[in-house]
Amino acid sequence: MPGVRARAAWLTGTREGIVGLILLLFVVAVGLVGPLVAPHPITAPIGAPGAGPSAAAPLGTDFLGRDVLSRVLHGGLPVFELSVASMALTYLVGVAVGLSAGLSRSVLDAVLMRAVDLFLVFPPLLLLLVLMTGAGTGSGILIIGIALVLFPGVARVVRTATLEVATQPYLEAAIARGETRFALMRREILPNISEPILADFGIRFSGAIILAASVNFLGLGSHPPAANWGLMIAENRVIIGTNPWAVLIPAALLALVTVSVNLLADAYIKGHRREGGR
Amino acid sequence: MSATAPRTPALELSGLRVELRTGEPVVQDVNLSLRSGEILGIVGESGSGKTTTARALLGYATPGARITSGELRLDGRVVKMDESMRPLRGAMISYVPQDPGRALNPSLRIAATINDVLGAHDLRRSGGGVAVSSLERVHLAHAEALARRFPHELSGGQQQRVSIALALCCEPAVVVLDEPTTGLDVVTQFGILEELRRLRAEDSVAMVYVTHDLAVVSELADRIAVMYAGQVVEEGATAELLGSPRHPYTRGLLASIPDHVRPRVLDPMPGIAVGVGERPPGCFFAPRCPQRTQLCETAPPALASINDGRRVRCFHHERTAPIESISLGELQAEPAAKLSPVLEVVGLRAEHRSRREVTVAAENISFQVNRGECVALVGESGSGKTTIARAIAGLHPIASGKVLLNGKELPGSANKRSREQRRQVQIVFQNPAAALNPRHTVGETIARPARLFRQLDRQAIPMEVARLLECVRLPARLASRFPHELSGGERQRVAVARALAAEPEVILCDEITSALDVSVQAAVLKLLRDLRDDVGVGLLFITHNLGVVATIADTVLVLNRGAIAEGGRTADVLRDPSAEYTRRLVQTAPTVSRLPAAEVLSGVPWVETSGGSLP
Repeated sequence: MPGVRARAAWLTGTREGIVGLILLLFVVAVGLVGPLVAPHPITAPIGAPGAGPSAAAPLGTDFLGRDVLSRVLHGGLPVFELSVASMALTYLVGVAVGLSAGLSRSVLDAVLMRAVDLFLVFPPLLLLLVLMTGAGTGSGILIIGIALVLFPGVARVVRTATLEVATQPYLEAAIARGETRFALMRREILPNISEPILADFGIRFSGAIILAASVNFLGLGSHPPAANWGLMIAENRVIIGTNPWAVLIPAALLALVTVSVNLLADAYIKGHRREGGR
Repeated sequence: MSATAPRTPALELSGLRVELRTGEPVVQDVNLSLRSGEILGIVGESGSGKTTTARALLGYATPGARITSGELRLDGRVVKMDESMRPLRGAMISYVPQDPGRALNPSLRIAATINDVLGAHDLRRSGGGVAVSSLERVHLAHAEALARRFPHELSGGQQQRVSIALALCCEPAVVVLDEPTTGLDVVTQFGILEELRRLRAEDSVAMVYVTHDLAVVSELADRIAVMYAGQVVEEGATAELLGSPRHPYTRGLLASIPDHVRPRVLDPMPGIAVGVGERPPGCFFAPRCPQRTQLCETAPPALASINDGRRVRCFHHERTAPIESISLGELQAEPAAKLSPVLEVVGLRAEHRSRREVTVAAENISFQVNRGECVALVGESGSGKTTIARAIAGLHPIASGKVLLNGKELPGSANKRSREQRRQVQIVFQNPAAALNPRHTVGETIARPARLFRQLDRQAIPMEVARLLECVRLPARLASRFPHELSGGERQRVAVARALAAEPEVILCDEITSALDVSVQAAVLKLLRDLRDDVGVGLLFITHNLGVVATIADTVLVLNRGAIAEGGRTADVLRDPSAEYTRRLVQTAPTVSRLPAAEVLSGVPWVETSGGSLP
């Protein structure tokens, strides 16, 4: 269908799109296919702790003597689950709050945005740690925590973009038609503010990955002996001298995730600016 | 300079060609010459290459384009048209840009801006004396106080006078003015034109006046060059060129101009202007020309002299028909006895509220719109005309008064009105680029009100969209296009089609033609006339253009600072205005029918209408 091809042009037509797509596909493949092809169980030691690469363990062993390669292959899925779920929640709340505030010309705007400001004053990590100390350290709590930290920024970006669209005659035409508030948001505003939202998405996504990794590093979130790239960086830092791969490989994969997502966001914006322009 | 000696032209340009990077010409084969003290008008619609030509006179091309050939002589001296002209810019030849609000550096005081220009040419003298005197030269009152101000503290008219003072402060031989009055109110515009005329007479500065508005230039220029698709198609003395246009494009342009002194049945040209890169092999105007022959489609005509100083780029210029005009009032529908009011506005008051103050945008506004009738609301910017339309559409709160639709009062805000009430009143906005959702196709845009208000089902929608597109004279295949793929005129027609999709009884048209080229405006006005006559819809037409009023409106209301200054049948009001304000509007509005220019125009005092006074 020509429509599909035209819509995908931003992906294949820009250098950012192609590189981002290849990188993301690679990392996702590692995360999804990894558990199926991992040579060793992730909980049982197979050699001496912190040993360098060998025939049995191509990436060496971790601080407990477990196979780093197998743990790397298993450690992607939880990262994806966590980032996708937390991003979904962040954007669900952030976009809803931002749109409602931007579109309302009443006190609702002030009330919502001051509430959002309230969340912004807490240092993100502190907020997360307090929440997890109080409510438990499960991944569900971590997802909610990340969303709480990140949604204020999203709400502000969405509100600003909405305010700009809100004065456009096409929106006034829709109001004069008597479109419902939901139809105004979905049909008239959202498609026209996708650009700033996506420009922002790359940064938020990286933020979520880093937050999750930090929490894991501090020993909250994923529970050992589960494998998780963020957790692996934390637990293997003690053996970085004898087997640096145990830290470098998970770190590189985490970096690849954020880099590829940012590249794709850039490609989307570039592609749509070229097409829409005015 | 003595009259007998052969005079060196102040400016002479020959064989100008400006190309895009791709090698496609934007402007080609342009020759101009200008004596000192002469004003040459360059007229053309958007994309005609007029601004490109004007900038080339200063050796400048917009990024993405470059000047590839052409010889420029200033006072007989050959000048290379590139950055080496830098020392001459401002000193020998200067430029007045279109939007003075954006052309003046907002963080510099006026005096500093002027001193910058003087300094660039080593003309800076001690104190601010030169800056102040150059402001006084363009009749800016309180020049000393004004020089200390920032651009945003001045009115639009004052800003443009400052721009002109800037262009003149180094006493150049030639000034290039690019649409200097576009965007200004007519009275302010009149003042600027008066000023230019006086400066020309006093200082014998030669001027190139670039504009899309034939009416404006007809009141100022000694000669006019009409541009189309990057070429000059006709050139001649103003009175002769307007009196008997020889190129069919000039004729088409003239026939498209709505005029309040001598109205015409507008005769829009078919088609749209060819863009860069799609110019045909023969005459560029051939695809739209009523008198084309085989020859025109194969051979490009040259700009040939037909008599003294008159040049035309047309093989068949002797065939061009004269334009007929009619008398005021003939265009208006006869006041029938059975006219029934569809929309009534009674004692309307609307306000703009900010945190601290309340500004009255419109007060005590009462009028009615009958079925099949067009009522025009005329006023300058800030007169409250748009606010009135928005209040009727339910987009602006009504402070007091009533809006009645078919005798029943409408709730103030759109979301409190019933679906039926919303269906009956539709609004079309000024800027067609912003009035359509850029992410919706034309088809989706038009289908929405049809589905919302008339519950048309999915099967019926494509047919209805095609019918509505045909109604606004657009091909049905545009339904799958996005707004950015359309021209300005096409977008505005889509906006009209969207209003029609609701099958309304009243359409509120808010300056809907002011962003369009005159030939496109003519087509849209013709379309609205047809709708009024065939569909019987009532129109409230908001505009600042008296010519448009004379062409389309049966009744006119003149707004001044939020109040109705005068109202009545269009012909009566325009022929014999009773309010002082209307009189001034009628006298100052540009028209091609006020020739010879200077005599009629003197005697109307320069009055700045908005924000011009200094404390």
